[in-house]
Amino acid sequence: MHELSIMQSALSLALDQARQAGAVRVHTIRLRIGALSGVVPDALEFAFEALTPGTMAEGAQLAVERVPARFWCVACTREFQSDDMFAECPDCHSLSGELRAGREMELASLEID
Amino acid sequence: MCENCGCGLPGENPVGVSAQHQEQAHGHGHDHEHEHGHEHGPGHHHDHGHPHPHAHPHTHAHSHAEADHDHAHDASDEARRTVEVRRAILEKNDRLAERNRGFFRARGLLVLNVLSSPGSGKTTFIRESVRKLAPELKTGVIVGDLATDNDAQRLRESGAPVVQITTGTVCHLEAEMVGRALKRLDLTGLDLLIIENVGNLVCPASYDLGEDLRIVLLSVTEGEDKPLKYPPMFQSAGVVVISKMDLAQACGYDRDTALANIRRAAPTARVFETSAKTGQGLDAWREFLLQQHQERKALDPLAP
Repeated sequence: MHELSIMQSALSLALDQARQAGAVRVHTIRLRIGALSGVVPDALEFAFEALTPGTMAEGAQLAVERVPARFWCVACTREFQSDDMFAECPDCHSLSGELRAGREMELASLEID
Repeated sequence: MCENCGCGLPGENPVGVSAQHQEQAHGHGHDHEHEHGHEHGPGHHHDHGHPHPHAHPHTHAHSHAEADHDHAHDASDEARRTVEVRRAILEKNDRLAERNRGFFRARGLLVLNVLSSPGSGKTTFIRESVRKLAPELKTGVIVGDLATDNDAQRLRESGAPVVQITTGTVCHLEAEMVGRALKRLDLTGLDLLIIENVGNLVCPASYDLGEDLRIVLLSVTEGEDKPLKYPPMFQSAGVVVISKMDLAQACGYDRDTALANIRRAAPTARVFETSAKTGQGLDAWREFLLQQHQERKALDPLAP
């Protein structure tokens, strides 16, 4: 539901960075979005299509890298990747609370010219 | 409910087609003399008398009458470059949230961000919490709603100073809104600030407001599997409050399942089972907040 305002922030950051780099056009915007960020990539794409016309990023491609949730298992003293957003260790099945990755909402890079 | 739903989108984007056409069909490599053998439509005039050593995006507006020319220029490829950015999309909100946090810490204020679906009982729970804490902790409340100040009025019944944020079409509170609301709230003598977020279990999870603790409410009427349906929100909770326990029997609430699901989505969260109506669980909740407040004050020796 809030993907439009997330995308607004992402795009304004991207356009700022592009201008600073002397770009005349943005070809690709790459985002990293964590599984636990609460953001739906499809909705981001939708917002992107709505927001880019008339900007330097008009016609650009949006590339979203999904970052899976990773937790630290205290019992096994190791990190594990969660495929379902929950913190159950695949080995010992204990529930870990220590989130190591998965909340990211990041503008990773731009392709410009 | 929110402007972010994306209504009113433009339809197909004709510009995108021609941009692609220019780029793919006419990628010009500009380190050579132009020797276009193609026909230009009327009104087209670019100067072919000089070499183009520069690498700029090629935006000739020429329209080729014949589609069979096949010169393989490529301006964009050679000029294209990647800029690494690696910055948080919500960095502005995060920065303002940290500013709020510093402001709160300097005053020894304990700050709660209270989140739930609409109708879970946030307002009543906060009102009763304020009453319960009144002898020891003086509380102020900031309440966010899409429209109306009904909740603010109900909260004022507790005797606490209340500031309303009407978000209009925005489905969550942001750090900046809280920062502005603080200017309207007299913080003198306050120990605790409770922020009642907009009723929504998705969007507010992404926005730090500068709080010390996130409190997520789940009422027994909502179904035991809610934590499994909204993992990002529950995962971010420091405390999960189960509300409306007085209705548990009437709605066939399965306590074991609910607790197991909360544990799964929020393994480290403290859980309180409460009823604002009967007062169940409010003593334990009060004790917890008093202790949190003491710890908060101990963090900043300069705080009053």
